[in-house]
Amino acid sequence: MSSNVISLSSIARGRVAPAAEPTAPTGGCSSKSCGSDQGQGDMPAHIWDKVKDHPCYSEEAHHYFARMHVAVAPACNIQCNYCNRKYDCANESRPGVTSEKLTPEQAARKVAAVAAKVPQLSVLGIAGPGDSMFDWKKTSATFREVSKLLPDLKYCVSTNGLALPDHLDELAGHNIDHVTITINMVDPEIGALIYPWIYFKGKRYTGIEGARILHERQMEGLEGLTSRGILTKINSVMIPGINDQHLIEVNREIKARGAFLHNVMPLISDAAHGTAFGMSGQRGPKPAELKDLQDKLAGGANLMRHCRQCRADAVGMLGEDLSQDFTLDKLPEVAAAYDPEPRRLYREVVERERADRARAVEGAEAELADTVAEAPAKLVAVCTKGGGRINQHFGHAKEFQIFEVDAKGVRFSGHRKADNYCVGGYGDDDKLDIVLAALEGIDTVFVAKIGRCPKDDLKAAGIEAVDAYPFEYIETAVAGWYAQRFGQVSETADIA
Amino acid sequence: MALKIIADECTSCGACEFECPNAAISAKGGVYIIKASGCTECDGDAPKCQAVCPTDGCIVQA
Repeated sequence: MSSNVISLSSIARGRVAPAAEPTAPTGGCSSKSCGSDQGQGDMPAHIWDKVKDHPCYSEEAHHYFARMHVAVAPACNIQCNYCNRKYDCANESRPGVTSEKLTPEQAARKVAAVAAKVPQLSVLGIAGPGDSMFDWKKTSATFREVSKLLPDLKYCVSTNGLALPDHLDELAGHNIDHVTITINMVDPEIGALIYPWIYFKGKRYTGIEGARILHERQMEGLEGLTSRGILTKINSVMIPGINDQHLIEVNREIKARGAFLHNVMPLISDAAHGTAFGMSGQRGPKPAELKDLQDKLAGGANLMRHCRQCRADAVGMLGEDLSQDFTLDKLPEVAAAYDPEPRRLYREVVERERADRARAVEGAEAELADTVAEAPAKLVAVCTKGGGRINQHFGHAKEFQIFEVDAKGVRFSGHRKADNYCVGGYGDDDKLDIVLAALEGIDTVFVAKIGRCPKDDLKAAGIEAVDAYPFEYIETAVAGWYAQRFGQVSETADIA
Repeated sequence: MALKIIADECTSCGACEFECPNAAISAKGGVYIIKASGCTECDGDAPKCQAVCPTDGCIVQA
């Protein structure tokens, strides 16, 4: 449990610059960082209010705030080739996976228990494991139960969109102001390669016919959300050879219909998962391929790069999962009395830390601009436990945060998992191979600390481990290192 | 003239329960069962429970 709680002294992070897109609601990774901007910028106040504490909608918020999913909606109305509904593994972290399904009443007790222990909790989401809109009775009953106990939570749902147009007004009525639709195509011929069938109004439809119905309902649902002022995030699964290039068109279409954020996620495919794609040997994209596509999309709808593809029952900060600490048998019989005070205090501290970090990063980037004239952009990896600092031992890193740095500044680029979506079960040698694969194309990794052996191993693989900036802000450390390496005035460039 | 659910194949998602036009499906012991006396196999239409079930071969002739 304690590993989830960011110590207050360590919070502060993440450069998030003014967005470049003045016409749409601003945000997304197309600017300096994912999701919404660090500051309100030119974002309308009502939208900033909605995203600033939502870890999935704001890259900055995801270092301070936690989300939880409750798995109350197991029924689904479509079949996707990347999903196997029979699969469950407690060590597995990916969408659609859950260990226990909850009734709405059980879910409310679970939310209350988590809120009492995790003051960072800001968002309750329902993401299946089936479809929250198809299983609408359970979804809406859950929001009703929870809002009796915790009036200050934000709610969000994710859906494949097929049943979405049927519930638009009810969504608005429940005060749900974030909806995620998974849209993998706007061309039914491509859809037919991803969705073997859909179930709509009492009938199963297959092939292009099914994909066309799904597409039309997704667009109708997205437009309906936009017209009701509900923020929409579009998730797209990048499937090499099937929809990778097509996602550029998807991005254009969803932006035209008012989507706030576009989150392109890599296909997770493994024969052991028993999915159609897993069995057919369909591969997922490499990190570099994902980044290439994300860079191509940077001019369209705002991009999200910090998604961790979490489980349908995930609990905690993004990238961390406490769901095993809050299983049904560990919950109290009666919902814990709710005390809003710790959460209010936490939010106050975060506000102060955000301002402090913003000042530090601004200073660092000003120095960077002064000292480095022309130098190639570089990708670096960082080991961090959150809070925006280099505060993790290399040996504990299950994922790396990737930053791109050049004379204009330090930008968040994405995460790379180094645990192959599974926790444990690897020997040290295997682990190094996984780390090296995750760091493909990167030759510098910032760590709080690293042992001599792994440091030498990395060096042998052509990767330099930098441990000169323990517990510093990521941006100031990376900027300082870059200025020293590429700048003309290396003495004064060491601003970190 | 009725269908049945193979318990080993059932994911307990419950989609069949609320799609059944005859309310012949209910949860029992962690999985779902079809009450044979209530099942009409949707009177000649494609049975809705089979159409919505995510597991092929889960719902079969009794």
